[in-house]
Amino acid sequence: MAVLVLADHDNAHLRDTTHKTVTAALNLSKDVDVLVLGNGADAVASAAAKIAGVRKVLLEQSPDLGQSIAEAEEAAILPLMANYDAVLIPASTSGKNTAPRVAAKLDVSQISDVVEVVDANTFVRPIYAGNALETVQSSDAKKVITVRPTAFKAAADGGSASVEKIADQPKAPKTRFVSEEMVKSDRPELGAAKIVVSGGRAMGSAEEFQKVIEPLADKLGAAVGASRAAVDAGYAPNDYQVGQTGKVVAPALYIAIGISGAIQHLAGMKDSKTIVAINKDPDAPIFQIADYGWVTDYKTAVPALMAALG
Amino acid sequence: MKVLVPVKRVVDANVKVRVKSDQTGVDLANVKMSMNPFDEIAVEEAVRLKEKGLVEEIVAVSIGVAQAQETIRTALAMGADRGVLITTDTDAEPLAVAKLLKALVDEEKPGLVLMGKQAIDGDNNAVGQMLAALLDWPQATFASKVEISGDKASVTREVDGGLQTLSVDLPAVVTTDLRLNEPRYASLPNIMKAKKKPIDMKTPADYGVDTAPRLKVLKVTEPPKRSAGIKVESAEDLVMKLKNEAGVL
Ligand SMILES: Cc1cc2nc3c(=O)[nH]c(=O)nc-3n(C[C@H](O)[C@H](O)[C@H](O)COP(=O)(O)OP(=O)(O)OC[C@H]3O[C@@H](n4cnc5c(N)ncnc54)[C@H](O)[C@@H]3O)c2cc1C
Ligand SMILES: Nc1ncnc2c1ncn2[C@@H]1O[C@H](COP(=O)(O)O)[C@@H](O)[C@H]1O
Repeated sequence: MAVLVLADHDNAHLRDTTHKTVTAALNLSKDVDVLVLGNGADAVASAAAKIAGVRKVLLEQSPDLGQSIAEAEEAAILPLMANYDAVLIPASTSGKNTAPRVAAKLDVSQISDVVEVVDANTFVRPIYAGNALETVQSSDAKKVITVRPTAFKAAADGGSASVEKIADQPKAPKTRFVSEEMVKSDRPELGAAKIVVSGGRAMGSAEEFQKVIEPLADKLGAAVGASRAAVDAGYAPNDYQVGQTGKVVAPALYIAIGISGAIQHLAGMKDSKTIVAINKDPDAPIFQIADYGWVTDYKTAVPALMAALG
Repeated sequence: MKVLVPVKRVVDANVKVRVKSDQTGVDLANVKMSMNPFDEIAVEEAVRLKEKGLVEEIVAVSIGVAQAQETIRTALAMGADRGVLITTDTDAEPLAVAKLLKALVDEEKPGLVLMGKQAIDGDNNAVGQMLAALLDWPQATFASKVEISGDKASVTREVDGGLQTLSVDLPAVVTTDLRLNEPRYASLPNIMKAKKKPIDMKTPADYGVDTAPRLKVLKVTEPPKRSAGIKVESAEDLVMKLKNEAGVL
């Protein structure tokens, strides 16, 4: 059986979610190809060709693909599926946008957010905000799978696959890109960071969030996350949201500050290796999963922590 | 323009579900059920479009057990005009739901389908995109802002890294994210009025759609439990433990 992996990237850099999805794919088959859809993404394709275990890289480019327009991505993937038994797509917002279109066109059930490959037909996935794990067996001839990258180790570099260009230029005639507003930051990406510092509703304002959470993150070389309450209130940008309906992270260290620990938040961070919670309410549910809990006011605790870190 | 709003009956967001000991699923006996929160946001958005005079009629549709009528009544009380309930006993997979919705779209010919990005029970995040693909319509998922002008919708989307704005030709499928709006509570008079609004009762057979599952659930298990660790009393203590015990600094 042959498996296609859709690369996750920003046209300049390949994200390590791709390496993790390759690992999931290698659990299914030895014949794993990577598809890069983008615009001006030659460097991404070269990076994908270096992933150990990848047989070949397919590169297809167009302006619409460069903007991750789902209709164009579907048009690019669909004809390729004649040659593959499965396509694995990292569960990024872009992957979640495109994968179901491919599944519908192939008339197969998508298997969403897979965290374990049991065998070629059997997969484990979280449901109910991760409060249950479902093992499903697919009877579809072809599989369309989105992969939760945090559940898999990144495949190492060391390969030297060939890059094959596909000449088609898939377009999405009824959809036009208008603009984007990306958060600029020198910090590591939330999904890939080794340490994440997250702030919650307790911050009370965007200024306070920036004054308290960001310097601590910078001191630790960490990414910044937030609860939904903090994002809804405008203390932090939308793409900082960690949780069931935001980003799923699993860093070596997750520090939750002024976050109560609602099930929807826990769904996005409870697989972190070490969890620290700073909260003034000793009964906050976050303490039930924290390795190190500190019952205190963050207003004094965070400056003390900054000082102790030196 | 007519708007179709699919609404799913799901376990309430505040309930922490329990896995059944025989591993056949989660225990739904005596659990509070509600409209999927993202669908509430979709209904609210449709009602606001109607209040702005951009929409004439809102049709709420649910696929599920007979009690999903209550979910439709909630949508009607918020301001939807009529409902369609397609009853099934088995929990239809996203592909089957999308096929049923496509059949209904072919019949109703709405100019817009507004729906949730994700049902918080199965967490699939798939139906809207599948429906758009089956219809060959454009899609704008994870919307935090929707503006309709003429035969186009401008939609701001919450994506990894920030926000993206797309312009899509109508008809289109738009799925909602949390920050699109804050849904209203239905007033008592509107709840009373909703009781008189019509709900069409249908079955998948009426649309010729096969809803047989493609995925067989072999088992449903509890995720590995994390237990509470220890409490620290000072910053020095915490930093020391993170360095020496956890080895993460
Ligand atoms: C459909 C749906 C999807 C959702 N998706 C997500 C999601 O993806 N991610 C997410 O995070 N949430 C999500 N939520 C929301 C979730 O249910 C909670 O409402 C949210 O996580 C609460 O955020 P919080 O912990 O910051 O706020 P709160 O629950 O208000 O907690 C604030 C905490 O700060 C503490 N505190 C206050 N002052 C101080 C102080 N001075 N020092 C120390 N501690 C202090 C308080 O004791 C409290 O525990 C979702 C909800 C729904 C319905
Ligand atoms: N059984 C259903 N009845 C009505 N709408 C549904 C149903 N299942 C899913 N939907 C719609 O599809 C959206 C996405 O669901 P899902 O892809 O299952 O996460 C939901 O927010 C609903 O708007």
